[in-house]
Amino acid sequence: MTAEERKPRILIAKPGLDGHDRGAKVIARALRDAGMEVIYTGLRQTPEMVVEAALQEDVDAIGLSILSGAHNTLIPRIMTLLAENDMSDVPVFLGGIIPPEDAEAMKALGVAGVFGPGASIDEISTFIWGVIRGE
Amino acid sequence: MRSAPLFGVSSGVNELLQKVLAGQPRAVARLLTLVENSEVEAQTAVSHLYPHTGNAHIIGITGPPGAGKSSLVTALAKTLRRQGFRLGIIAVDPSSPFTGGALLGDRVRMRDLAGDRGVFIRSMASRGSLGGLARATSAAIQVLDAAGYDKILLETVGAGQAEVDVASAAHTTLVIEAPGMGDDVQSIKAGILEIADILVVNKADKPGADHTVKSLEMMLHLGPLGGTRHHGRVLAAPQMVAEKAKDAWQIPVLRTVAITEGGIELLAERVVAHRAHLLATGQWLARERARSEREVERLLQDRLLARLQTAVLPTEREVLLTAVAQRQIDPYTAADQLMALVLKKR
Ligand SMILES: Nc1nc2c(ncn2[C@@H]2O[C@H](COP(=O)(O)OP(=O)(O)O)[C@@H](O)[C@H]2O)c(=O)[nH]1
Ligand SMILES: [Mg+2]
Repeated sequence: MTAEERKPRILIAKPGLDGHDRGAKVIARALRDAGMEVIYTGLRQTPEMVVEAALQEDVDAIGLSILSGAHNTLIPRIMTLLAENDMSDVPVFLGGIIPPEDAEAMKALGVAGVFGPGASIDEISTFIWGVIRGE
Repeated sequence: MRSAPLFGVSSGVNELLQKVLAGQPRAVARLLTLVENSEVEAQTAVSHLYPHTGNAHIIGITGPPGAGKSSLVTALAKTLRRQGFRLGIIAVDPSSPFTGGALLGDRVRMRDLAGDRGVFIRSMASRGSLGGLARATSAAIQVLDAAGYDKILLETVGAGQAEVDVASAAHTTLVIEAPGMGDDVQSIKAGILEIADILVVNKADKPGADHTVKSLEMMLHLGPLGGTRHHGRVLAAPQMVAEKAKDAWQIPVLRTVAITEGGIELLAERVVAHRAHLLATGQWLARERARSEREVERLLQDRLLARLQTAVLPTEREVLLTAVAQRQIDPYTAADQLMALVLKKR
């Protein structure tokens, strides 16, 4: 079965303690409108919750909305948990305000894509189709 | 139970099925994706897993959007977990008819269940199915059943109308209402009485809950037998009325506050009692029989339609349809001719 025939399943989560999930919701709706099945888990997700949801939902990609600058602690933990669960093949992308030098560090950890607040939905959805097709 | 021989299954799939039978969550998740995306995979999986199914108690949860289904599933799941049951949860949400995409948001309310290895939650898009479930939901139930989950909680789309499909998919159907959602006897959706084993008035902390409870109770007592169900349908025939006292299930109207777990102990008790009731009265088997009938009929329909596609050339079909449109033959005759082509061996 090719990627086009099946619906991509994408987890959108908002890890960390800050209480805004507007950005995550915007992305979730936009990806739905781009024809994807989006599992939305809401606010205050611990790394364990993110990985458990990704595992149970068997998602094709994980999108994490980061606002608090907590990515330096949350993302390494999530990447470690994914590896422990034999899920390193599931691409992870980040959205939010992440300084360029941190973005490089995130990619070094295995994060597949980092999108700033200016990124368009087209850009993000093209990226997701790309990683799902293994490009 | 005899283990099904896995002839004709590639070693990769065989290994996956074995892992599912061993209850490995990653394998369960993978297989759910396979059965959801492909009828062929669903057939392979179900045919091999089927001998290992039939143990799970399937509990349907339906009701209008916002009534608190997901919150109630969570509260009920926490209580059932304390009683030691392993739980599978399938939460269905609608797909967009325009883009095919879906926003599956039920997990937002199920946060409290995170980190519990005895709970497996799966979100599912309806993918165009009407009736509150997805096409693959019944195959997904078989997968969770085979993986050893004792109770499977099935949350329907909750589109507003009575979602009758859930009653044939589940052993026990909970219909959730909430105050202030148009709860006069007249406006309570037709069909609710036919599918409910337990009526729940959630958001009992809100004003108007008493009114909703009274409306539902009144509706039950207006029914043919004052709120009982027998063999999966409301009793009508007089000879069955005689059995009422012995076999009938009294449909309770329960108040809950899902967000504080108020009334959930009693709800859980009734849910467990309903299973015992079905088993004790032989109605469990009757429901399994009804469920099997619907499932087999659905698969047969699919096969006949698929056969129609292959047995009738597009040109033959076009000629017939044009003839109907031009009033040269009537639709019945056209259907008979198509049927003859389907049945003709090629
Ligand atoms: N006051 C009150 N609110 C509730 C109760 N149960 C659920 N809710 C709220 O009702 C809203 C919808 O709940 P949800 O479980 O998502 O409903 P669903 O659409 O039927 O699955 C959420 O904001 C819940 O927090 C309750 O018992 N009392
Ligand atoms: Mg819900």
